[in-house]
Amino acid sequence: MSTRRLQALTPYALLLPSVIFLLVFFAYPMVEAFTLAFRAEGGGWTLDNFQTMIRDVAFAPAFRTTLLLILIIIPVQFALALTMALLIQAKLKFSGLFLYIYAIPLGISELAAGIVWFAIFTERGYLNTVLTALGILDKPFIFLSYQNTGWLLFAVVLAEAWRATSIVMVILVAGLQSIPNEFLEAADVFGATLWDKVWRVILPLLRPSLQVALILRTILAFQVFAVALAVAGRGITLLAAEAYRWYNTYRDPNVAAAFAALIMVLSIVSTILYLWGLRTPEEQTL
Amino acid sequence: MKQKRLWAGLSTLILITGLLLSACQPTTVTVTVEVTKQVPVEVETIIEVTSTPVNYGNLVWLSTQLRPVQEAEKVRGVILADFPGTVEFIPEDEGPFHDRIAAEVQTGQGTVDVLGALHGNFSTMAPAGQLQDLTALRESLADRGIPDAFWNVAQLNTEQTYYVPWMQATYIIAANKAALEYLPSGADPNALTYEQYAQWAKNVFDATGEAKFGFPAGEQGLLHRFFQGFLVPSFSGGVVTTFAGADAAAGWQWLVDMWPYVHPQSTTYNFMQEPLLSEEVWVAWDHTARLKDAFEARPDDFVALPVPAGPKGRAFMPVIAGLAIPVTSNNVAGAEALIRYMTEPNTQINTLREVGFFPVVAVDYPGFVSPGVKLEGEAVTLQAASPDALPALLPQGLGGKGGDFNKVFRDTFTLIVLNGEDIQTVLAGQKPILQAIMDETGAPCWSPDPDSGGQACQVQ
Repeated sequence: MSTRRLQALTPYALLLPSVIFLLVFFAYPMVEAFTLAFRAEGGGWTLDNFQTMIRDVAFAPAFRTTLLLILIIIPVQFALALTMALLIQAKLKFSGLFLYIYAIPLGISELAAGIVWFAIFTERGYLNTVLTALGILDKPFIFLSYQNTGWLLFAVVLAEAWRATSIVMVILVAGLQSIPNEFLEAADVFGATLWDKVWRVILPLLRPSLQVALILRTILAFQVFAVALAVAGRGITLLAAEAYRWYNTYRDPNVAAAFAALIMVLSIVSTILYLWGLRTPEEQTL
Repeated sequence: MKQKRLWAGLSTLILITGLLLSACQPTTVTVTVEVTKQVPVEVETIIEVTSTPVNYGNLVWLSTQLRPVQEAEKVRGVILADFPGTVEFIPEDEGPFHDRIAAEVQTGQGTVDVLGALHGNFSTMAPAGQLQDLTALRESLADRGIPDAFWNVAQLNTEQTYYVPWMQATYIIAANKAALEYLPSGADPNALTYEQYAQWAKNVFDATGEAKFGFPAGEQGLLHRFFQGFLVPSFSGGVVTTFAGADAAAGWQWLVDMWPYVHPQSTTYNFMQEPLLSEEVWVAWDHTARLKDAFEARPDDFVALPVPAGPKGRAFMPVIAGLAIPVTSNNVAGAEALIRYMTEPNTQINTLREVGFFPVVAVDYPGFVSPGVKLEGEAVTLQAASPDALPALLPQGLGGKGGDFNKVFRDTFTLIVLNGEDIQTVLAGQKPILQAIMDETGAPCWSPDPDSGGQACQVQ
């Protein structure tokens, strides 16, 4: 084989291990899990699992809450993450330190983050202790009551925002760094305000990163459950939590797979929407 | 420019992959750890036959019981300390526990030597041919004083004995002494009725303005056992047969009436000892092992009480855990020795002291048992010995459907109590689901439901 030929093959050879890894540990289990949702107990094909899923008393609330959570959390996280990323990009003093501080929640598992926020919001938790000590409340306020879905959702959103905003930020920082300084300097020359620069230069050029971050965040948001479980217990329920319960508590892997398949379909649909809605026209690529 | 973009894209991709992998961590870590842990055991099964003292070599003990980290550490550090052999104690959730043994039996490649689980777990494993017959071991344990009733249950309706009773527990009421002054007049705290219990909760609410009664209605909470072993049988005298009847409906109505005085954060409670200790809650029903910390930490502040009684008696659910040997065990001699060791009176007392499960063998409660454990022990005895005691066993014969069975009760609770739906409508809606579970598994009725003569239990 000629050297040239060998050189041409090298990239593929280097890609091969990761491709095998993805096929064996990702694609194969995913296909298996997906088909499991259509399997009957005897081995034939069926839609019973989906019927059981839809008839389940927890299905409608889980579906509703999951969508609501995504609708609230994605905009909040993107606004926060963009602000944080711009702050880092502004190269203020200690901006390196900011990056580290922002990244701390990344190192904390979903469940641990949930437990931390539970400790804050529970009746005898930190928040109530501080508020009563300051005289703002006479007696502890019960935030995490099942009768108080608003507060439950708020606590989950807060915990999720705290935990997962930095993922978005890291992607946006990487995106910001790929925007050439010349563009911003040119904008300065034309007397653009900071708002103009963000709105007309940075955001359009950030589109590919935003797309990646949105896809990633939305898919992960469909999978959120440990935070909700720790903070809200059985007070609110999510699709992923129901999948977990059907597998682990009710011992029915088929119905659990039906929930998982639904989550997958929702994830794919949202990904396609993002790919289509945020596509970058050829003439706008850098 | 192109290259710069490529690099930015590449670094983003790497980041995402890394993040995705780290995001997956919490779910995957447990699995890998367990798998790597047991590998050496297969290789190093050494049984010293000649030398005294005897050493039973390495054993792997898989258990659905004593899962909380602190309890597992007590097993490893204290309870197993005097066993002549090296035991690797692996606590495991019920799902993976069954999957693992089924897989080991299917492949004939055993790594697990001893199983610790509840009666309900074993009742599905024995028919699947996963458990060894322990009749000979049972005979050698005749002097332990394990009640015949327990042995009979361990036979799983066969001539063989599939597990050795190991420890028992039940559910009781824990009450902060501050709540006692609000007891309804004339009520005996050791012989409460459901009516008095609800009145007590209301009195506390009226006096303090707070709902200070609690139930473990969280994700890992055992609230479904309250319905199956306490509320429904106390009101209706049965569990399955009487599920949809007027008596059971009266029980649910009691809970609906009581619920305004129940702490609204109950849906987050898993172990009631925590809200009891933080005084969010004054009075709570839970498993003895899940109340133990409260009694241990502040024995002077809490009292342990028997559960209330309903129109049909003081229903309570005794929990029996047992030890078994899988057919694929590589160290049967060691496994038998471990079971003998675990049922020695000394070990049983240690188990009680360290993890709060009560002995199945005849023991004298020695003075060194802590005041907290003593409190619980007395309430357990009082409850079992009360004149109107109505033992309601854990669900039996449901196999893999145990979870679905619990779901029926959890869903009934959610719909009736949390969502405020009509009781009769909900019970009528859940009845066919419950009946389908019974028909599918063919599970005969268990106490306190009347014997169904081996036929699937029928909801009336």
